[in-house]
Amino acid sequence: MSILINKDTRVICQGITGKVGGFHTRGCLEYGTQMVGGVTPGKGGTEVDGLPVFDTVDEAVQQTGANASMIFVPPAFTADAILEAVDAGIKVVIAITEGVPALDMVHVYEEVRRTGTHLIGPNCPGVITPEECKIGIMPGYIHKKGSVGLMSRSGTLTYEAVWQLSNLGLGQTTCVGLGGDPIVGTSFIDLLELFEADDETESVLMIGEIGGTAEEEAAAYVKEHVSKPVAAFIAGRTAPPGKRMGHAGAIISGGKGTAAEKVAALEAASIQVADSPADMGEAVQRAIAAHA
Amino acid sequence: MKVHEFQAKQILRDAGVAVPRGIVARSAEEAVSAFQELNGSLAVVKAQIHAGGRGKGTLVEHPEQHGVELVKSAAAAGEVAGRLLGSRLVTIQTGSEGQVVRQVLVEEGCDIDRELYLGIVLDRAASRPVLMASSEGGVDIEKVAAETPELIFKEHFEPTLGLQDFQVRKLCKKLGLEGKSVKSALGLMKGLCRVFAQTDCSLAEINPLVVTGDGELIALDAKMNFDDNALFRHPKVAELRDEAEEEPSELRAAKAGLSYVALEGNIGCLVNGAGLAMSTMDLIKLHGGEPANFLDVGGGANVDQVTEAFRILLDDKNVKAVLVNIFGGIMRCTTIANALVEAYKTVGFNVPLVVRLEGTEVEEGRRIIAESDVDIITAEGLTDAAKKVVAAAS
Repeated sequence: MSILINKDTRVICQGITGKVGGFHTRGCLEYGTQMVGGVTPGKGGTEVDGLPVFDTVDEAVQQTGANASMIFVPPAFTADAILEAVDAGIKVVIAITEGVPALDMVHVYEEVRRTGTHLIGPNCPGVITPEECKIGIMPGYIHKKGSVGLMSRSGTLTYEAVWQLSNLGLGQTTCVGLGGDPIVGTSFIDLLELFEADDETESVLMIGEIGGTAEEEAAAYVKEHVSKPVAAFIAGRTAPPGKRMGHAGAIISGGKGTAAEKVAALEAASIQVADSPADMGEAVQRAIAAHA
Repeated sequence: MKVHEFQAKQILRDAGVAVPRGIVARSAEEAVSAFQELNGSLAVVKAQIHAGGRGKGTLVEHPEQHGVELVKSAAAAGEVAGRLLGSRLVTIQTGSEGQVVRQVLVEEGCDIDRELYLGIVLDRAASRPVLMASSEGGVDIEKVAAETPELIFKEHFEPTLGLQDFQVRKLCKKLGLEGKSVKSALGLMKGLCRVFAQTDCSLAEINPLVVTGDGELIALDAKMNFDDNALFRHPKVAELRDEAEEEPSELRAAKAGLSYVALEGNIGCLVNGAGLAMSTMDLIKLHGGEPANFLDVGGGANVDQVTEAFRILLDDKNVKAVLVNIFGGIMRCTTIANALVEAYKTVGFNVPLVVRLEGTEVEEGRRIIAESDVDIITAEGLTDAAKKVVAAAS
């Protein structure tokens, strides 16, 4: 079944007339995603690669029946773009932009929760259901259709995991990049709930990193609510405290958010944790075997 | 972005939050004048560096001199400032080399009845900022959080609405603040929350928050960190950046648009993507090596930026070998290959380079390298790459 997106999903790109937005819209189109239009205020009535551009998301939804949005709007305006998509009734909003001010996301998060919208990101590579729909910047060719659900706070590290899984013959149902910011729209727990309910997903791989307590919370959730095998990898065991390691959310502060704590919590929930990033695919195999 | 105590206090002062009177001095003479201008019987001379623990810290050049000292005359202020300025202050947060003190804050003395703690951070689990208050002020709050967490009281607030009056009254009850102190707390706590939201802080901390003999609340120390992602909308705050307090290689990388953190080891890393970059550091450690840095060139970097990244790594005297670990998504392997060739031509490689390429345009990238003069060690996969670079560095 897959989660969040599939071959029937109709996608608009907010920021389509920008260089990056246009480039990736083309990438998604090439993969086979149903891109149906784009939004850039002031550029309504124009076209990008044969796709109609609208001034507002509201108009775009009415004219195209879009039910998902891919956001490439600059950081100063990303919160506004997300709120506009939510307001227009878009149920799956994927915000790729990196650099959104953290406090902007406080109100956005509240709105997203209030309306039951699925917001992925910001600062994420996107979501892909292999061989059906790609909404984001990931290289499509490394993915294979299969039964592993993947959720990650990272971008290229996720591609490493996908590459390992595909090469082991373990395809993926849906791969979700949560994003590297301190406040993101969708948590590991939200996705575990979806993967648990999805008939096609038979196992889950979680890729986390230092900062915050999302992995610890997910581990507790797995213990109580997840029947399928789960494997994990945590990046940043060697990260020094107090330093932002690229991602705004990857920072150990006040002694909290260390990789060691996360690994301990995951292992306590009987989750197979890979020690090396080279062994993420193998960890999934171990989880499946242990579960059988 | 970090700022000095005196800068944080100025921001708070401008926002109506009570802080002691203080004057910045950059020479012994200025410290003498500052003491005289404050016109009190005593003052405190405080070293200004971007690190905490200054009170207990000591100078490399004058081990008996701490980073914060009470003085009772203008002459004494001058002497203390004279020792601090230009010297290296070592605290539990600076590392053993310490940091050079380039300015001091000469501050009026304070009548201290009690010392409390006040701090604001973004609570990620709650997705809202949280004000934390404790009666255990003046000490290491992380220790309090670990040993007696029940002594830390929390009130979450919405950035645009701010902290509500009833929340201040709740905290005062728990902190044992009554009468006049409650009025003072209303101004100070709500003011701090307002500043946090309006300037896009990531951290605002007052430790200690002093209750004077009169029952007034005053911020004896102030620490403020700002969200780098929001500086574009706070140009006045962005101007407060003190580049002298930043690691030179990190500064150089930031100017080139690269994400870089200096570490202690001898294996340089060049990677695309923060998660993969952290994992690469972990991978090296797992195989017995020590990473010299974290470096994420990002997906949008061009040949010039990646070449500069190579140069930063090769300029690091600690680096004995470099691992280039790329999984090309947006970043093409050809961009990395071309940058590698360019770096080789312009600066040369004085240390072994292990290169592992995968992803977008990988075949083309490998070909570019093979057909060039560049002498590198190629690796197949992550484990092979780690083993080879650790061997090359030893």
